[in-house]
Amino acid sequence: MTNSNIPVTEDELHAFVDNELPTERRADVEAWLATHPDDAERVHSWRTMADELHARYDRVADEAVPKRLELERLARQPQRWVYGAVAATLVAFIAGGAAGWIGRGAAASPSSFQNFTLDALEAHRLYVVEVRHPVEVDASERTHMQQWLSKRVGYPIKAPELDGAGLKLVGGRLLPGPQAPAAFLMYESPTGERFTLYTSRAATPNTQMRYATRANDGALYWADRGVGYVLSGPDSNKDRLQQVARSVYDQTEKAGG
Amino acid sequence: MNAFRESVEAMIPALRRYARALTRDADIADDLVQDTLVRALRSERLFLGGDIRSWLYTILTNLNRNRRRSLARKPQFTEFFDTAADASGTEAEGRDIARALATLPEEQRSVLLLVTLEGLSYREVADIQGAPIGTVMSRLARARAHVKTSIEGQRPALRRVK
Repeated sequence: MTNSNIPVTEDELHAFVDNELPTERRADVEAWLATHPDDAERVHSWRTMADELHARYDRVADEAVPKRLELERLARQPQRWVYGAVAATLVAFIAGGAAGWIGRGAAASPSSFQNFTLDALEAHRLYVVEVRHPVEVDASERTHMQQWLSKRVGYPIKAPELDGAGLKLVGGRLLPGPQAPAAFLMYESPTGERFTLYTSRAATPNTQMRYATRANDGALYWADRGVGYVLSGPDSNKDRLQQVARSVYDQTEKAGG
Repeated sequence: MNAFRESVEAMIPALRRYARALTRDADIADDLVQDTLVRALRSERLFLGGDIRSWLYTILTNLNRNRRRSLARKPQFTEFFDTAADASGTEAEGRDIARALATLPEEQRSVLLLVTLEGLSYREVADIQGAPIGTVMSRLARARAHVKTSIEGQRPALRRVK
């Protein structure tokens, strides 16, 4: 038994909007809203909110399902891999390390860009503080360094010119990467500010730029034609980081990855 | 393909939508959906009937909670160009709602999306979150109040709600 004199509660307003209200109470709420503009406005705003969510996200449901999410594909994977993928995800999330990734197939790569970026940030943190031995090969041997690194990572490495950003090449080194060797180049400004570029084969062919920050380091990650790049530097100036990354991007893109 | 797989497959578009709104990152969202599907396939034999839809949302919600828990100790990743200030029209509105979602506590965001975007009942959401229905309703009320003020340009004081 309902009575339109019983005040409508906030819970009832939500239930009204979400079609969870008993049918016999709906008329009471409608009558209530006609005489309570504040509540009517709230109800209206909640409905608008729902419309906006649909407007923003329904298109995702309309997209073609990416190949990697096709059930046939996922079901076809050898059982070992299926377990491995879940384990790898957990390991990667828990340990943040590369351990879970070694030995997995070329198939899916959950959040590989995160690990890629973490490895790069780790290397950046480790080597920028190094005064005497920041690099293995000095910039004075630039040509030799580029040939050596290209051979080891399996694609052409040409150290970008960053003079425009006030950065000089210090040199480079070879590092273990998430799934293949990584080339690591260090640059320095006249004031001693250091930026590093970490590049290796990436699991995802192309991505947009992503930003990550840890402690006082900022990093921009992107992938271009199967090669991943992370530019790391002081996170105090995001615009500067972006400017340098842009310059690297333009040059590596021209060089053909 | 058997009936189980057909039901799971029919849910992929909706799972992607929910994951995208939940994480606001296309790659992370599809990673979550993929992990959800892998887990669902693995449990095919263990699935004893019931509502596949709720079950899949439950897996995804839990995987995302685990992901966030471990991310708490990690650097935060964001899409670098997500904050363009010059957007207009529906694009800008979409950004506003996405930004408002970003500031919601996880449980509240999940309730709001499951109810309004995915059309689940309070009962189903309570089961998915393993919480009483009253808790779900209070999370929903807080989420709506927060998003409303956030879109209107004021940031309400963030309160931690269990």
